[in-house]
Amino acid sequence: MKWLEPLLPAIGVVVLIMLWYLAVWLRVVDPVLLPPPTDTFRALWKGMNGGQLGADFLKTVERTTLATLIAAALAIPIGILLGASEKLYRSLEFVIDFFRSTPASAMFPLFLVVFGVGDKTKISVAAFGAFLVILFNVAYGVMNARKTRLLAAKVMGASKLRVLTDVTLMESLPQTFVGLRNGVSLALVIVVVAEMFIGSSDGLGQRVFEAQQLFAMPDMYAAIFAAGALGYGLNLLFLLVERRFVHWSGK
Amino acid sequence: MVSGVALARPIATTGAPPGEGAPCAAPHVTIRGLTKGFADFLVYDRFDLDIPRGKLVSIFGPNGCGKSTLINMIAGLIPVDAGEILFDGKPLRDIRFGYVFQNYREALFPWLRAVDNIEYPLKLRQVPKRERRARVERLVAHLGVKIDLRRYPYQLSGGQQQLISIMRALIVDPEILFLDEPFSALDYEMTLFMREQLQRVFVETGTTTVLVSHDLEEAVYLADHVLLLSRGPARVADFVTYDAPRPRSDATLSEPDFVRVKAHCLDVFQREVRKG
Repeated sequence: MKWLEPLLPAIGVVVLIMLWYLAVWLRVVDPVLLPPPTDTFRALWKGMNGGQLGADFLKTVERTTLATLIAAALAIPIGILLGASEKLYRSLEFVIDFFRSTPASAMFPLFLVVFGVGDKTKISVAAFGAFLVILFNVAYGVMNARKTRLLAAKVMGASKLRVLTDVTLMESLPQTFVGLRNGVSLALVIVVVAEMFIGSSDGLGQRVFEAQQLFAMPDMYAAIFAAGALGYGLNLLFLLVERRFVHWSGK
Repeated sequence: MVSGVALARPIATTGAPPGEGAPCAAPHVTIRGLTKGFADFLVYDRFDLDIPRGKLVSIFGPNGCGKSTLINMIAGLIPVDAGEILFDGKPLRDIRFGYVFQNYREALFPWLRAVDNIEYPLKLRQVPKRERRARVERLVAHLGVKIDLRRYPYQLSGGQQQLISIMRALIVDPEILFLDEPFSALDYEMTLFMREQLQRVFVETGTTTVLVSHDLEEAVYLADHVLLLSRGPARVADFVTYDAPRPRSDATLSEPDFVRVKAHCLDVFQREVRKG
């Protein structure tokens, strides 16, 4: 039975698809609302291979990537600065926690006023949300650097700058990756919501919304699956990069 | 600041105590008027101590008497309130020293391979890569270490990690070596093995060594002198000499001389504990 183990993760998928077929076959739901899996996967395949869905997928990838890059480029240096000075962090902690707890979607109108109806708004709201998540994690990573390790570097004669670059930064990496993973997930959520509701002509969010408006259910499910695959893929990508570069994490 | 040659001093290959016969009348470390307080109680109040050159001194005393505080002040990890600590008349920043932490897991850098951990102090001193490698190789050969140094610390056992820590402290060819309860996080089997490793390091290098221990048997077994501290503010309760020849072995533990010294230390210790 040992050979079965690698196949275990596939069981959930197979069961889900079988239940789906069963539901369609028994007509539990109106066939217009729940098309059979074959129609859906055909729509997904056609959409992603030269269809509109593929173009929208890439557009969402582009916005999410840009938002995450901007967020990381700002959050990592600022996070290190805040983490290095506990007093500075404590004085800003409430503000950071407050806005981190504020639903980013509530900020749409504000960003619309500032940036207008366009890519800038979607990307900047997503970047704003991801920024706070990454910032918080980087600062914590820096603050929670093992004291013994810092002391060890110091006792070996490392200057303050050397301790920061050789030890503190490395110590904060695992937590930074936690921030990046959460940040990119949040950025994707915000981008998709923004594409649905703030005057967009492309992107996965817009594709889902449009398919629903046109009652093109296989297309709508296909777009949802594409968005799911994107979220899963981004998370996986960061996990793999993390495992490669932060090999000591959790050990 | 650092000499280009690792382990440049003559190496004792026989069992004779290192430094024997050398003109070592002058103490290596002189501590005068050392004062240190935490919150509202004094740990050290005008404390004086001489640490002899080329000897292994164990520090032992009641819980909370400030064993680790003393070694940490000498090694500059925590500041002193008042007093002076000199090494051959020089301040700490002018000498080479090594420090081994109790918590090897948190003292090594897990993102560096074992060999890069050992080389790190040399890297800080801008010793070129080729020479760093050569010095590590020499140290490995010297100590007879059989560890795959390309591994990361988390891939090594606790004892191996602590051995890497000790090698990292030795790589700068220190004038003095500090160890703060280096084996207390290891299991008994590994502790016994590591004692032998440390004894070997000491016999081979003859480096002045200060060891904090919470195990009296270990403290006496490894020591030339056992420094017994009293409860706070700490004073020297006794400075016991134990001069059994090295290398010592398990048989040493049952020799009358060892038993006598250990019993005496325990006596002093108990007296200090009861006072507290």
